[in-house]
Amino acid sequence: MTRRSAPEPVQIVKQRRDAVLRALVEGVPYVQFMGITFERRGDELTGIMPYKDDLIGNPILPALHGGATAAFLEVTAIITLSWAFIWEDMESGALDVSDLSHVHLPRLPKTIDFTVDYLRSGLPRDAYARARINRSGRRYASVHVEGWQDNRERMFAQATGHFVMPQRKG
Amino acid sequence: MTDKLKQANQFIRALPHARALGMELQSLEMGTAIISMPYAERLIGDPKTGVVHGGAVSALMDTACGAAVMSHPSNPAGTATIDLRIEYLRAATPGQTITTEATCYHVTRSVAFVRATAHDENRATPVAMATGTFTVEGRK
Repeated sequence: MTRRSAPEPVQIVKQRRDAVLRALVEGVPYVQFMGITFERRGDELTGIMPYKDDLIGNPILPALHGGATAAFLEVTAIITLSWAFIWEDMESGALDVSDLSHVHLPRLPKTIDFTVDYLRSGLPRDAYARARINRSGRRYASVHVEGWQDNRERMFAQATGHFVMPQRKG
Repeated sequence: MTDKLKQANQFIRALPHARALGMELQSLEMGTAIISMPYAERLIGDPKTGVVHGGAVSALMDTACGAAVMSHPSNPAGTATIDLRIEYLRAATPGQTITTEATCYHVTRSVAFVRATAHDENRATPVAMATGTFTVEGRK
C-alpha cells in the first residue's frame, strides 16, 4: 500500500481559492462600478448585485434597468466561465498564486453573443445569478445564466451566451 | 439643440442607470434613437487591454432600443424589454466613444421590433449589433 501525502489543511485551500476569486472579480473596473460580488461554495459561484439607485431604469415603477440586468447576467457568465477555466490550474499548482495581479491571471473569455430573456420587471432589491456551463470546448463555450430576486423559483431574467475561450500557453 | 431633443435628453438623464453610465442622447425621432457613451475607466471590462465591458454596451443598446420604441409615431405610453440579443463583432477601441443607433422598424398592438448597431470612432465595422423585442404599454 502506498502512502498518500497528507491532505492540505482546509484553511490553506480556502485562502487560495478566495484569493484567486477576489483577484478575478476585483480586477475588473466595471464589475466594481456595478457593485457585483460573488459567493463561493466549493467551485460553485453565485453572483450578487446589491440594490443601489444607480441601477434603476424606470424611476416611476421603479424597475431595474434592462441593461443593468443584462450586464449582471453577462458578468456572472464570464466570471463563472473564467473561474472554471482557472480551477484546475489553481488546484494543481500550475497557476502561481503567490502573485495575483491581473497580469498573471489568464485572459478573460470573450463574448460572441448574449441573449437576455426578460421574464418580469427587476424589483428595487438585491439580485442573484448563477451560471451553468453547458459546453466548454477548447475554443468555444456555451453558458446559461439564471437571475432571481426574492424567490429562487421565480426568475426575473435568464440568458444564454457564447464565448471564445482564452488559449492555454504551450 | 432643438427643444424636443432637449426634452428627450432630460428624459434619458432621468434614467439613473443611463446617467451613471454617462449616456448622451444625440438624436431621437420617428422610431430612431442615437445615443453615445463616452469612454470611462469605470466601464472597463478587460483590465489587460482597457476594452469596455460587454455589459456596458448591452446597457447602451437596451437604452437606445427602448428610446427608439418610445419615439415611434404610434406613440406607445411605455415599454419594457422582452428579449434582447447582442452580437459582439469586435472589441471597442479603448479611449473612444461608443455610439448606438437603434431603429424601431415595426410595432403591433402589443410588440415593438427593434434593431441596433454600435460603433466606436472607426465607422468601418460595427462594435456590436442587436435585435430586440419590446412590450407596447398602451397608447397615449
